[in-house]
Amino acid sequence: MALLELRNVHTYYGKIHALKGISIMINQGEIVTLIGSNGAGKSTTLRTISGLLTPRQGEVLLNDKPIHNIPAHEIVKMGVAQSPEGRKIFPRLTVLENLELGAYLHDTRSDAYQNDLDRVMTLFPRLRERVNQKGGTLSGGEQQMLAIARALMTRPRILLLDEPSMGLAPVLVEQIFEIVQEINAQGMTVLLVEQNALQALSIAHRGYVLQSGEIVLENQAKALIEDPMVQKAYLGLE
Amino acid sequence: MVAEANVSKQNLQRQRTLQTLRTVFMPLGQLLLFIVGSAAVLGLIVVVVAFFLSRSDPKIMQTAIAILPQVMIDGMVRGFLFATIALGYTMVYGVLEFINFAHGEIFMVGGFVGAGVAYLLMQWGLLSTLPWIVFIVIAIVMGMTVSGLLAMATERVAYRPLRNSPRLVPLISAIGMSLVLQDVVRLIATSSPLGFNARFETPNFGKPFQIASIPLGERAIPVQISPKAVIFIVAAMLMLLALNYLVNATRLGKAIRAVAQDRATASLMGINVNQIISLTFLIGGALGGAAGVLFGMNIGTVNPYMGFIPGLKAFTAAVLGGIGNITGAMVGGIVLGFLEAFVASYLSLFTGGAFSGASYADIAAFSILILILIFRPEGLLGESTTQKV
Repeated sequence: MALLELRNVHTYYGKIHALKGISIMINQGEIVTLIGSNGAGKSTTLRTISGLLTPRQGEVLLNDKPIHNIPAHEIVKMGVAQSPEGRKIFPRLTVLENLELGAYLHDTRSDAYQNDLDRVMTLFPRLRERVNQKGGTLSGGEQQMLAIARALMTRPRILLLDEPSMGLAPVLVEQIFEIVQEINAQGMTVLLVEQNALQALSIAHRGYVLQSGEIVLENQAKALIEDPMVQKAYLGLE
Repeated sequence: MVAEANVSKQNLQRQRTLQTLRTVFMPLGQLLLFIVGSAAVLGLIVVVVAFFLSRSDPKIMQTAIAILPQVMIDGMVRGFLFATIALGYTMVYGVLEFINFAHGEIFMVGGFVGAGVAYLLMQWGLLSTLPWIVFIVIAIVMGMTVSGLLAMATERVAYRPLRNSPRLVPLISAIGMSLVLQDVVRLIATSSPLGFNARFETPNFGKPFQIASIPLGERAIPVQISPKAVIFIVAAMLMLLALNYLVNATRLGKAIRAVAQDRATASLMGINVNQIISLTFLIGGALGGAAGVLFGMNIGTVNPYMGFIPGLKAFTAAVLGGIGNITGAMVGGIVLGFLEAFVASYLSLFTGGAFSGASYADIAAFSILILILIFRPEGLLGESTTQKV
C-alpha cells in the first residue's frame, strides 16, 4: 500500500500553473527521488504535500486519507516532515533551539525526546559540537545536517528532502547522501527532490522525472540511470 | 557508558538552565546599563553646558545641579512608559513586519478601562477601603485583559484578511482602525458617566517619598518621587521581566521567535502560525493596556485621544532601539524618556526662558526619529537587515 500518494495534482501560484496534474506514489520504506531542472516544479510538489500550498485540483493521500485541505501544522502532526529548500534553519536560534522546535509537538522533558536528540546527534556528530551555537553561524553543510535533524525531530513517517545537496562541496554531498541511506535503512520512507540526478538516482529505489510541471518519466532508479533521455538531459552524457 | 551518558545529560541540562537564566537576565542587564549610561551622558552634557553658561550667570550651574535628580526620576518614569508601549509595536513588527498604528489606541483603551474600574469601585464605596495593592492589581489585570483581547480582535478583523496584500494596505487599515477606536471610545465615554475627560480616581497612595533635599541659596529643592511613579516603575520592570521570561525561556516564546524568523518553516515544525500571531497581539496589547492603566493613574485623567502622541513616541522608541528587537524597545524607551525629560527641563533654563515649555520635548523626540531613520535605520540594538538571511 502506498504511504503517500499524489493523484492528478494541479497547483497554481496565482495565475501560474505550476503543477499540471502530477501523480506520484511512495511506498513504505522506499527512497523515491524526484528529479528535474530548475523551475520544473519539484519544490512546489513538496510544498503542496506539506500543506504550504493547496492544490486547486487533485488529491494528496497519506495512508489513503486526503490531506490536501489540511493546514501545514496539522500535516506535520500526521507524520510528514520536510527539510525545505535552502535549509531554512532559524538563524538567530541556537542549534539546540532549532532541534527543540523540530520537537515542538512533543514533550521536551520526556525520555522519548532525549532519545530522539541522541539519535540525531549520533547521525550528525557535528551538531553535538555546536549545540549552543547560533544556526546562522553554521557552515552550509552543518546547516543542511541541522535541517534534516530538525525534520527528524518531528518523528515523521515520511521525510521530504528538498535539494539537500544544494551549494555543498562534493565530499559533503556524499556524506549527506550516505546519512540519508542510513536513515532509510532504519526504516524511514524518504522523498528526495534533487537536481543532482546521478547522486539521487544512485541511492533511490525509484524515481520520477519532472519537466515543466509534468511527470515525463517514472521507473526504477537503476533503469532511469540507463535511460537515454535522462542521460542526455540530466546526467550530461551523450 | 551509561554513567557517562547520564553525566553528559546532566551537563546538558545544567548548561540549558544557565543559558535560560542568561537569556532572561541579560536583556535586563543591558537595560540597566542604558539607564545608567544615558543618565550619565545627559547629566554630563548638562553640567558642561551649565558650566559655560554659568560664566554670565552663576546661578545657572546651581539650579542645573539642583534639579538634576528630579529630572532623572521623571526621565525614568517617561522611559518606562514608552518602553512598555514600544514592546507592543516591536513584537508585532517582529512577527509580521508591520507597524500596528492602532497600538496607541489599545494603550488608550487600557487607560479607560482602568478609569472605569476605579469609577465603579468608587460607586460601590470600595475605593477607599480596598488595600491599594489590590486596587492596582484589579485595574491592571482588567486593563490588560480588555486591551489584549481588543488587539487580538483588531488583528483578526483588520489585518489577517490583508496578510498577503502589499505592505501599504494593512498599514492603511491600521490607521483606519486607530480612528475607529478613538471615536468608538469617545462615543462610549461621552454617553457614560465617565465623560470625555474621565477622571482616574485612585485610593490615597500617601505622600511623595522625599529622597533628598538639595540646598539652593536660602531655599531647599526637594527631590521627590511620588508613590504612583514608584508603582509605575516597579510594575513596568515586573512586566519586562515576565515578557523576557516568556519570550526567551518558554515553548510559546520559542514559537514566537520561530514565527518571527520564518513563518513558512515555523509551520513545518507544527506551529500554528495564525494562533501564534494572535497570541503576539494579545501579549503586546496586554502590555499596552497595562501601560495605559499606569499612565492614566499617574496623570489622573484619561481621554479618547490620549493614545496618539505616546503611541507615536513609543513607535519612535521602538525604531530607536531597533524595531523587532524586544530589548531594543525597552532600551529605546528609556533613552527617549531621559532625553525628553532633559529637554523639557533644561532647554528653558539654558536659553533663559526663550524656549520654555514641555512641547519642545516633542520636537526632540521626533527629531530623534528622523535622525535615526537617516543615520542608523537598524536602531541602537538592531541587526542590519543583510544579516537576517
